[in-house]
Amino acid sequence: MLGYIGRRFLYMISTLFLVSVVGFLIINLPTGTYVDFYIQRLQNEGTHTSLEQIEAITKRFALDKPLYWQYGKWLFGFVRGDFGLSFEFNKEVKELIWERIVYTVIISLATLIFTWVVAIPIGIYSATHQYTLGDHIFTLVGLIGLSAPSFLLALVLMVIAQRSFGQSVGGLYSPAFVDAPWSWAKLADLLKHLVVPIVVVGASGTASLVRMMRGNLLDILNMQYVQAARARGLSESLVILKHAVRNAIHPLIMLLGMSLPSIISGATVVSIVLSLPTTGPMYFRALQQQDMYLAVTFLVFMAIMLVIGNFLADLLLAWVDPRIRYE
Amino acid sequence: MAELDEVLRVDELRTYFYTQEGTVRAVDGASFAVKRGQVLGIVGESGCGKSVAAQSILRIVPPPGRIVGGQIIYHRQVAADGASNLSEMLNLTEMHPRGQEMRSIRGSEISMVFQEPMTSLDPVYTVGDQIMEAITLHQNVDRREARKRAIEMLEQVGMPRPGEIVDNYPHQLSGGMRQRVMIAIALSCHPSLLIADEPTTALDVTTEAQILDLMRNLQKQTGTAIVYITHNLGVIAEMCDDVAVMYLGKVVEQADVDSIFYDPKHPYTQALLRSIPRIGQARKRLEPIKGIVPDPYAIPQGCPFWPRCIHAMPGLCDHDQPEYVPIAPGHSVRCHLFRQEAM
Ligand SMILES: Nc1ncnc2c1ncn2[C@@H]1O[C@H](COP(=O)(O)OP(=O)(O)O)[C@@H](O)[C@H]1O
Ligand SMILES: [Mg+2]
Repeated sequence: MLGYIGRRFLYMISTLFLVSVVGFLIINLPTGTYVDFYIQRLQNEGTHTSLEQIEAITKRFALDKPLYWQYGKWLFGFVRGDFGLSFEFNKEVKELIWERIVYTVIISLATLIFTWVVAIPIGIYSATHQYTLGDHIFTLVGLIGLSAPSFLLALVLMVIAQRSFGQSVGGLYSPAFVDAPWSWAKLADLLKHLVVPIVVVGASGTASLVRMMRGNLLDILNMQYVQAARARGLSESLVILKHAVRNAIHPLIMLLGMSLPSIISGATVVSIVLSLPTTGPMYFRALQQQDMYLAVTFLVFMAIMLVIGNFLADLLLAWVDPRIRYE
Repeated sequence: MAELDEVLRVDELRTYFYTQEGTVRAVDGASFAVKRGQVLGIVGESGCGKSVAAQSILRIVPPPGRIVGGQIIYHRQVAADGASNLSEMLNLTEMHPRGQEMRSIRGSEISMVFQEPMTSLDPVYTVGDQIMEAITLHQNVDRREARKRAIEMLEQVGMPRPGEIVDNYPHQLSGGMRQRVMIAIALSCHPSLLIADEPTTALDVTTEAQILDLMRNLQKQTGTAIVYITHNLGVIAEMCDDVAVMYLGKVVEQADVDSIFYDPKHPYTQALLRSIPRIGQARKRLEPIKGIVPDPYAIPQGCPFWPRCIHAMPGLCDHDQPEYVPIAPGHSVRCHLFRQEAM
């Protein structure tokens, strides 16, 4: 078990390292990054201070050194919490990202929880009531959830929320609360604003999770050990929950880690439509502008979220499936 | 009185599967009786409905299967103090398959060992968990006592190091060991009837012999009646007191084991015996049964065996279903050669 965790942990670290190398390279590949642009502008100004600034930047990021040197310098800074400078905003990266990363983590986690809490019971219901009216209705709703583009779903839900519930939509807070200090009312307001994004981001994931849960459970229900549990005299609900669901769920846990990328990228589209201050829109812009330190920092943080998610999923899997523990 | 010492009587049982391709009449008129403390063998070719009959008794037939006719009578022993031997008659076909009444019988009074030891244990729980599950469900004991009994059961089924095995997961055990665990689970609540559905078919010959030995010994020790399902007549000869022969969902003949082997009446039973080698007999050519088992969706009209039967009487056998009639005490046959009028 410890060996298994250790191995997973090593995978995690090496994945992060690779992501940072590749990310750093790709962002530096095309000419004309924001640094070049920024330095150009300072040179044009030609004043004494601007020349000093150029020198400081060159020294800080080792711009006169080869790329691997630059990378090393950046990585060394990164692990100590110095993420570099955003040239577009002319601010330290670390001042720009934290709030957005926190919101992204909140929305992703909430979406994940929403997806599972909704999908698993529906999947169980559909499998145990195969071909009944309820099963058909869930299948139909699921197909809509799978096929509707998320930006459209976002717009439709926004209209519904505003028209029917008179709720302000878009952003994370109602205007009254934006600058208000933290209070229960503000938290409630935040949660209300999270409903639409979570439903939109989670819709297709929920629908596919329902399909998978239904299919897996139908397979497991045919297994001999389920029949054997019945033959022992267990109640049907215990047979389903204790034996069938537990076995049907672990292929889904393997997918749990892999579903994070689609949640994060799904959140990007939705955040743009709903103007949410998550990492998505800013990352998107940083990429367009080749604001390299900002972009690469976002990239690495997303990778960190992913590998941590995967690592947790691996641990969960080992907990659920003894065959992995004793591997 | 013969009925008094029966533990189970199945009477004209019909279990059909209503699939999209049509109706499979998996069990279609099966009658047999199991005497208390004895072993009844059910023998028949693969696909003739043996497993479905077993599932029907426990009322765990999976959908789209359903019991559509017949009766399953279980005689529950109420007092067995020698002086009075009272039993209570329960009709299992009338019970709700998921109801409390049926569930309290399942696993405690009637239990089952399955054909595939590799897949009959849940891979995510220890074998101890799964034995204790049955014990805590049916006996009023706490977890510590249940664990103690689980270890005792493992010891009883001949497991080495039962105190260790109890915490093993199924994937750590071989097929033979897993089948021992299944037997331990099945016997953990001291059932009056154990249904063993081809418990050794998936095992190698050596392991098969060990499991057969074990079951025979346990049967002698505990006095549990057994329904032993197999397609192997050799195993029947070794294990059983009585034999029921099944063909296409029907029991075509039931008798004590000697009558079946030395005085078989039904042409199918006779054909079955001619198709296996026998020790101590002058070497004769083995005769496979001619023809093939018909498609379960298209069972022939009349007696289902007539297309393969050397005694088939045209106009009768391919038209009318024969009745299941007693021809001697404890010996019944379903064949037009033995009609009631003819006796
Ligand atoms: N779950 C099921 N759905 C449909 N048909 C089934 C099912 N289980 C068994 N059958 C059919 O019932 C017949 C008898 O099967 P079974 O009792 O398993 O035979 P066996 O004598 O080999 O144990 C077979 O034709 C089989 O196809
Ligand atoms: Mg079978």
